Amino acid sequence: MTARVGVVTFPGSLDDSDAARAVRIVGARPVSLWHDHADLHGVDAVILPGGFSYGDYLRCGAIARFAPVMTELVPAAESGALPVLGICNGFQILCESHLLPGALTRNRSLHFVNREQRLRVESASTAWTGEYAPGQEIVAVLKSGEGNYVAAPETLEELEREGRVVARYVGGSPNGSQRDIAGVSNEHGNVVGLMPHPEHAVDELTGPSTDGVGFFTSVLAHLGAPVPTPSG
Amino acid sequence: MARVVVDVMLKPEILDPQGQAILGACGRLGFTGVSDVRQGKRFEVEVDGEVDDARLAELRKLAETVLSNPVIEDFELRVE
Repeated sequence: MTARVGVVTFPGSLDDSDAARAVRIVGARPVSLWHDHADLHGVDAVILPGGFSYGDYLRCGAIARFAPVMTELVPAAESGALPVLGICNGFQILCESHLLPGALTRNRSLHFVNREQRLRVESASTAWTGEYAPGQEIVAVLKSGEGNYVAAPETLEELEREGRVVARYVGGSPNGSQRDIAGVSNEHGNVVGLMPHPEHAVDELTGPSTDGVGFFTSVLAHLGAPVPTPSG
Repeated sequence: MARVVVDVMLKPEILDPQGQAILGACGRLGFTGVSDVRQGKRFEVEVDGEVDDARLAELRKLAETVLSNPVIEDFELRVE
């Protein structure tokens, strides 16, 4: 079976083509999903890509949360059935939708951060990280102005206790995120939000590494689809 | 026609780097005695007809689900 992975395009999404390309690179079929259609077209998993949905007006992700496609996505994600990966703006949308706890606020420095970023994958028990070893360090691209992860102290404790901190920044937080958190998951592990961009790290020619491939092969393994063996 | 004003502020425990930047500018510009600045948002919502209790409850819902994010923000709502 070839897995079908939906990539949602909102007005202002930027990284939908790169997300689709990453899906293609691991041998799955990307399916374009449009924000205005309340239809997931039977996809096996969904990626909410980076960008500036609805111009980031009001708050990042706040308007995208109410898009028709989300009325289909939210219950399927909440039930634990549908794997969903929110990258950057997608992470913000997942927080605004209350599919993930906490919120992403203005970088502490006020500067837009654009760099190659080392991360530590803390949890390999999510739908999107099963192909990594816990504690494995990877390099991906961080490019965001509002990536400062905040949550109530009791929420942070719960995330730590339940192993739901998926990734942390190595070498200190570049944006002020509490506990250097770069990504978290929901209680089922099917919904993951990540501030850095694994889809920009899937090809030596265009990215700093190919470390991001694991997110996409992980979901294929989770779905029971064929996973390509690393070449070279 | 009535106007409902919703003020949204980051919760006190949430860092406000924009407010901090403004505070820094105050010092540089010679506005002495400014000890803290917090930046928020003001929404002016025009509504048709009278604002009765049912309408007010609806607007409160708008404020808490759309205009503010209760995870990081508080809001105040008043009819002008």
